[in-house]
Amino acid sequence: MKSIIAALAGAMTLATSFAAVSSEQVNIYSYRQPFLIDPVVKKFTENTGIKVNVVFAKKGLAERLAREGKHTKADIVLTTDISRLMELEDKGLVQAVNSEIINKNIPTHLRDVENEWFALTTRVRNVFASKERITDTNISYEDLAGEAFKGKICTRSGKHPYNVALVASMIAHHGYEGAKTWLSGVKENLARKPQGNDRAQIKAVKEGQCDVALGNSYYFGKMVTDPKQKVAADAVNIVFPNQKNRGAHVNVSGMALTKFSHNKEAAIKLMEYLTGENAQNIYAQVNMEYPVNVAVKPSKLVASWGSFDADMLPMSKIASNRKLALKLLDEVKFDL
Amino acid sequence: MFIKLNVKWPAASWLLSFLIFLPLLAIVWQSFGHDEDVFAHLWQTVLPDYVLNTVMVVLGVAFLSMLIGVPMAWFIAMCNFPMRSFFIWAMLLPLAMPSYVVAFVYTDLLEYAGPVQGALREFFGWQSAVDYPFFDVRTIGGAIVMLTLVLYPYVYLLARTAFLEQSQTLAQSARMLGCSPWQSFKRVSFPLARPAIAVAVALVAMETLADFAVVHYFAVPTLTTAVYDTWLGYGSLAAAARLSALMLAMLFILISVERFGRSKQRHYQRTTGQEAINRYSLTGAKAFAVTMFCLIIFGLAFALPFFSLIGMAIDYFDESWNEQFFEYSYNSFMLASIVAVVCVIIGLLLSYFKRLSQGKYSGVPSKLASTGYALPGTVLAIGVLIPLSLFDHGLNSLWEYFEREGPGLILSGTLFAMIAGYVVRFSAIAIGSIESSLNKVTPSLDMVSMTLGMSPLKMLFKVHLPLVRKGCFAAALLVFIESMKELPAALLLRPFNYETLATYVYQFVSDEQLEHGALAAIVIVVVGLVPLIILNRSLEQQH
Repeated sequence: MKSIIAALAGAMTLATSFAAVSSEQVNIYSYRQPFLIDPVVKKFTENTGIKVNVVFAKKGLAERLAREGKHTKADIVLTTDISRLMELEDKGLVQAVNSEIINKNIPTHLRDVENEWFALTTRVRNVFASKERITDTNISYEDLAGEAFKGKICTRSGKHPYNVALVASMIAHHGYEGAKTWLSGVKENLARKPQGNDRAQIKAVKEGQCDVALGNSYYFGKMVTDPKQKVAADAVNIVFPNQKNRGAHVNVSGMALTKFSHNKEAAIKLMEYLTGENAQNIYAQVNMEYPVNVAVKPSKLVASWGSFDADMLPMSKIASNRKLALKLLDEVKFDL
Repeated sequence: MFIKLNVKWPAASWLLSFLIFLPLLAIVWQSFGHDEDVFAHLWQTVLPDYVLNTVMVVLGVAFLSMLIGVPMAWFIAMCNFPMRSFFIWAMLLPLAMPSYVVAFVYTDLLEYAGPVQGALREFFGWQSAVDYPFFDVRTIGGAIVMLTLVLYPYVYLLARTAFLEQSQTLAQSARMLGCSPWQSFKRVSFPLARPAIAVAVALVAMETLADFAVVHYFAVPTLTTAVYDTWLGYGSLAAAARLSALMLAMLFILISVERFGRSKQRHYQRTTGQEAINRYSLTGAKAFAVTMFCLIIFGLAFALPFFSLIGMAIDYFDESWNEQFFEYSYNSFMLASIVAVVCVIIGLLLSYFKRLSQGKYSGVPSKLASTGYALPGTVLAIGVLIPLSLFDHGLNSLWEYFEREGPGLILSGTLFAMIAGYVVRFSAIAIGSIESSLNKVTPSLDMVSMTLGMSPLKMLFKVHLPLVRKGCFAAALLVFIESMKELPAALLLRPFNYETLATYVYQFVSDEQLEHGALAAIVIVVVGLVPLIILNRSLEQQH
């Protein structure tokens, strides 16, 4: 028994010493899939020699971070939407970063007032309309609740963060009751129960199950470049909604520095790198997202969709309406 | 029983089960927190629908699994028919299939944009969905069928073990007294196997209750969905914990109903495991029907999804291939092996204690230790993190008190957390399987051993262990396979840079791009097949 305890103690010191000693590394908690960030991270390690470790999960990382408190090993959190960033800030899990490089690279409206979070890319919540069956592509989110689209709309679950953010923005623009009327209208118009991901909706349009679908811009870009999915993508037009008034709803992916980061210096280096031209270019070219760094152009394909007006509603407004949006989705039983 | 146990056994059993129960306790404790009226809001809006969906899915899967698993187990154990020797092990193979993979493959095949409907439209010249009727795979019914396809092997495996362990003299008596195969099944085999079947169905029900991947993918909101919504959406762990408590309550009701139903029954058998089985020989239409039945289930639950995976892997080989597969496979294999061994030891200890102790509450430890199975993985993971990080923080504070640098998160930040999470989740499988084996050993053996002066520990090794080793082996196998596939807890509890096959595959499934992870999914299945085949050999060698 004693020998077992000794062995265990030995193993533990070994394990912990590994983690503690090597200073030139950064640990990331990522809500984004590894294959999206791997290319960027690899380049960073090549340039700086700083090792980057990642834990990816779609759920619960913020909880884990809170639980670990000051002993956490995580330095940076990467998220896929604004609400998660604000949540980290609200719970006091992140700290401000004052870097001239980052401030120069990211426009003011795409970072926190207190610099506790930063957007890395933006993405539009587009409408995808059948080329065959929808001729007038001047569509607004409000139109989706109208008679014209009865039985013609496909979307993924209303509870998905991308849709929640859209509903939150509708609450910001029309008030709770106004948004409720709208959401009930959209539900009435659904061609099928909300299901699948954004790509699946575009496929359904191609197959004639519905005429319009909601989806993020980069999914469309990825489909166009995938030989097997191109057929479906070719059957739809990408529509930027609300161009006649407030502009299309935009969400961000982003990053934040954890409050108890033990590798702060290296972590900030990585954060700076992520906003730099190199990394932003990869985001633009590989992931078909809109870079936040104004010096970097979107990919050719994305640029070919044309310029558009974005809804300038402050990001914080979307995040603060999130819980109301969830309640609303429950009330109209959007997913049922 | 007339055995006087010294204090070590009860102390060890209670302590062990308490440790396993700790994460659940943490969740229950959370549920008393303030939930900002989230629970009330849910109750007024969607919760009744969620509960109804949950009940339908759980009952549906439990019933359908029994309908498939029990007859199949009996046919294969007690009858001779064409291809029987193939089905013996083939019917277990679906166990190695992760449910999220099966769900993905079938949706891909059967959805509107999929190849089946596409081909039908092409062939008959239909234009759109209104031209022809076709069932929607993303429904409650679809979810029930998918979950049944991957879960029925539990019923099959435990029921078959029970049929094989049944004393053959009983079956022979039934035959001599003129019972038809059906009568012998109904009157002798089934009642004797009922405890094992009950355990298996309970496992299936728990697994269904905890499932998130399939119901989420099929857009069937259940209580698990609600747990995720409340916790990650509304940010209310308290409301999520209350919902989890509700799920646990449902589970206890299920188990109690079954226990009550057979509370008056006691069956013990004396079998040496050396008796030859006289199988009924099926011929003609009967043999054909049974063979077809097994063949169809095998095709649907294993062959079709497996070959679809292979097809995807070939189409997307370049995207699929990853040099780190061996590392991931090694991680998965080691983790699953450790968890299997730990779970079997726990299962043996607790069920043996339950058997020997005369105390009124001696069954409580094994029940406490079984509850983790029904919790959704992510919730369980947080439940595990709560006590572990409390311990870690305490330890570090102690270090700091002596003005030294603390050791960091030695439990919650390492592989220990992952193993702990798995053990809490899968102990139920081991306990259930071992308990049902142990129940068949007649108590007179215990009495004889005690009379001859054996200590309980010696009796365990010399008498019981040899008699229940098959049950132990089955338990280890089931835990191993489940650990290979386990996902949500793995995602949240793993240390940095620690990838298992399941977590690797998941990043693609979560993006509905399984094609790119198909190769890794195949490896999960293949690695899972190895212990299945070993187990099956050992089961068969006796007969």
